[in-house]
Amino acid sequence: MSDDKSSTADDGDSRSAYWKANLRLLAKLLVVWFVVSFGFGILLVDWLNEIQFFGFKLGFWFAQQGSIYVFVVLIFIYARKMRALDRKFGVED
Amino acid sequence: MDAATLTYIFVGISFSLYIGIAIWSRVGTTKEFYVAGAGVHPVVNGMATAADWMSAASFISMAGLIAFLGYDGSVYLMGWTGGYVLLALLLAPYLRKYGKFTVPEFIGDRYYSDAARLVAVVCLIFISFTYVAGQMRGVGIVFSRFLEVDIDLGVVIGMAIVFVYAVLGGMKGITYTQVAQYCVLIFAYTVPAIFISLLITGNAVPQFGLGAEIIGDGDRTVLEKLDGALVELGFTAYTDGTKSTIDVFAITAALMVGTAGLPHVIVRFFTVPKVSDARTSAGWALVFIALLYTTAPAVGAFARINFIQSVNEVSYSDTPGWFKNWENLGLIAWSDKNGDGTVQYRAGAPFEGKPVFDAEYDSGERGENGERTIVNAPTPSENEVYVDRDIMVLANPEIAGLPDWVIALVAAGGLAAALSTAAGLLLVISAAVSHDLLKKTFAKDLSDKKELMSARLAAAAAILVAGYLGINPPGFVAQVVAFAFGLAAASLFPAILMGIFSKKMNKEGAISGMAAGLLFTVAYIVYFKFISPEANGAANWWFGISPEGIGLIGMLINFGVAFTVDRFTPAPPAEVQDLVDNIRVPAGAGGGHHH
Repeated sequence: MSDDKSSTADDGDSRSAYWKANLRLLAKLLVVWFVVSFGFGILLVDWLNEIQFFGFKLGFWFAQQGSIYVFVVLIFIYARKMRALDRKFGVED
Repeated sequence: MDAATLTYIFVGISFSLYIGIAIWSRVGTTKEFYVAGAGVHPVVNGMATAADWMSAASFISMAGLIAFLGYDGSVYLMGWTGGYVLLALLLAPYLRKYGKFTVPEFIGDRYYSDAARLVAVVCLIFISFTYVAGQMRGVGIVFSRFLEVDIDLGVVIGMAIVFVYAVLGGMKGITYTQVAQYCVLIFAYTVPAIFISLLITGNAVPQFGLGAEIIGDGDRTVLEKLDGALVELGFTAYTDGTKSTIDVFAITAALMVGTAGLPHVIVRFFTVPKVSDARTSAGWALVFIALLYTTAPAVGAFARINFIQSVNEVSYSDTPGWFKNWENLGLIAWSDKNGDGTVQYRAGAPFEGKPVFDAEYDSGERGENGERTIVNAPTPSENEVYVDRDIMVLANPEIAGLPDWVIALVAAGGLAAALSTAAGLLLVISAAVSHDLLKKTFAKDLSDKKELMSARLAAAAAILVAGYLGINPPGFVAQVVAFAFGLAAASLFPAILMGIFSKKMNKEGAISGMAAGLLFTVAYIVYFKFISPEANGAANWWFGISPEGIGLIGMLINFGVAFTVDRFTPAPPAEVQDLVDNIRVPAGAGGGHHH
């Protein structure tokens, strides 16, 4: 747990920048997470149900299918972008 | 060969496989026992997580729930998958970096307090036992329906299997058995779904079949046909719900947050070698889960169509064999209210409560048409059929007239789902007892060898308790499922989240937050489920939120209390703030060893 005691003041700055970049990415992805499930699947469902989508009412499709596909994609985007961030800030494991 | 013989063969083969894996993966250290030596490949861990997560409820009950709830069933689909986004983005990587063995251990260390650790242990044990009782009941149902053994004997056999691989192999044994169980369960779930989708729509992909046109029914799609048929019978349209928007919102949110806070799921991410592996592993877990979860709505819709077609307005003597088989188990009941000898399936309950069959039945007495006589008071509704939602997935292959080997496969899949989840739960219970209660609190000088022995004993004891609960199911099992998610949402999730994202959160804030969230959620659920169940309706709920969704409010109360108390109490010690800084970066996670 404490095998990185080499941290210096510079490290502290770069780590705080790394954390801020992480939080910005999290915020963007969680907005999408909220919109496809709570937005399209619940709050806007009646409105979207007016639209037909491959034999589904669109709101119903988001609630029972679409949101799940988007969830999967979100996690892989996060994993990929974080790997890039880890490398950029030199904190990869 | 008949279905029963095939089922014996399929179940026999799958059980031998699990035992074989258990013997191959015996462990010798506590690190291997608790977290499989942190050497599990992320894709393998994803698959094990999927099996760990998908329980008897997901496999046996969920499609049946969706079949009868229609749109309202979406709360389970989104709730039980959306939680993985929270887990992957907000919890798993940081907890993997922290790099120890259990969830209470993190809460205890982060809040530098044995009291916080104990609160977490109590929540964990309560959540896990609630959950495990349901798994054992699932094992019992599958055994009694498909192998025609006594439910109790079925539970004992299930206990014996879990005992072998959980006690011998710990997390390592469980991980590799779960991988095998995932393969069995996903195959068993998708094969009948593909068959049925082909039969009804001609489309081999159930996810597309759900939106496709029905063969030989003009150009009506599956959902249009369901909407039409249900409205005609007096139900709400399938694609419309009956729950209020705020309740759907709250239940979905509580299930998502609860999922992310369930200890047996979180601990799976302690088993991968690196922080970046924890992130991708959560993605893989959701891929494997989504395979089943996107198939389930199709299974549910097809099952409802088939059920209406093969039962409604059919004379009792002509009903299919499965109808009478499940009636004999008491999970279907029919009462010929209008005396015409045919089955009327309509909206509303046919009679009050769960069916109580006339005792005369045992001596061979039957009703006029050969049905089991029911003594319940009838309701004014025209509906004559009682059907337990739990049977839909198990009965589906029979309802659709699929070959016997598919029926056998579903039985093996149901057992795989129940056993894999039971094992994961038993492991977190045993780890909480031997590691958090003994090693970290009451017997700090325990040697690794003795701790391993006590972990095994705790696992064995937990299996006995789980088996007891399976054989003597407390009447409230179904009601307390809301508890498991509500408690995880109101206690563990906020405590872990603040522990990572708020460096200044101190022990006073976290403990009072957990206590407030817990007390509120428990009080609300106990009041509506046990003290005055008759008041359990939207008119009496706060903000129109049902007990299933109240965990969301519990979580908000937890955050509110925690941040308020935190403002007026001293900041956490410097070394705890350093710990938080440390877990926020992946570097130095200390890898595991390869298996």
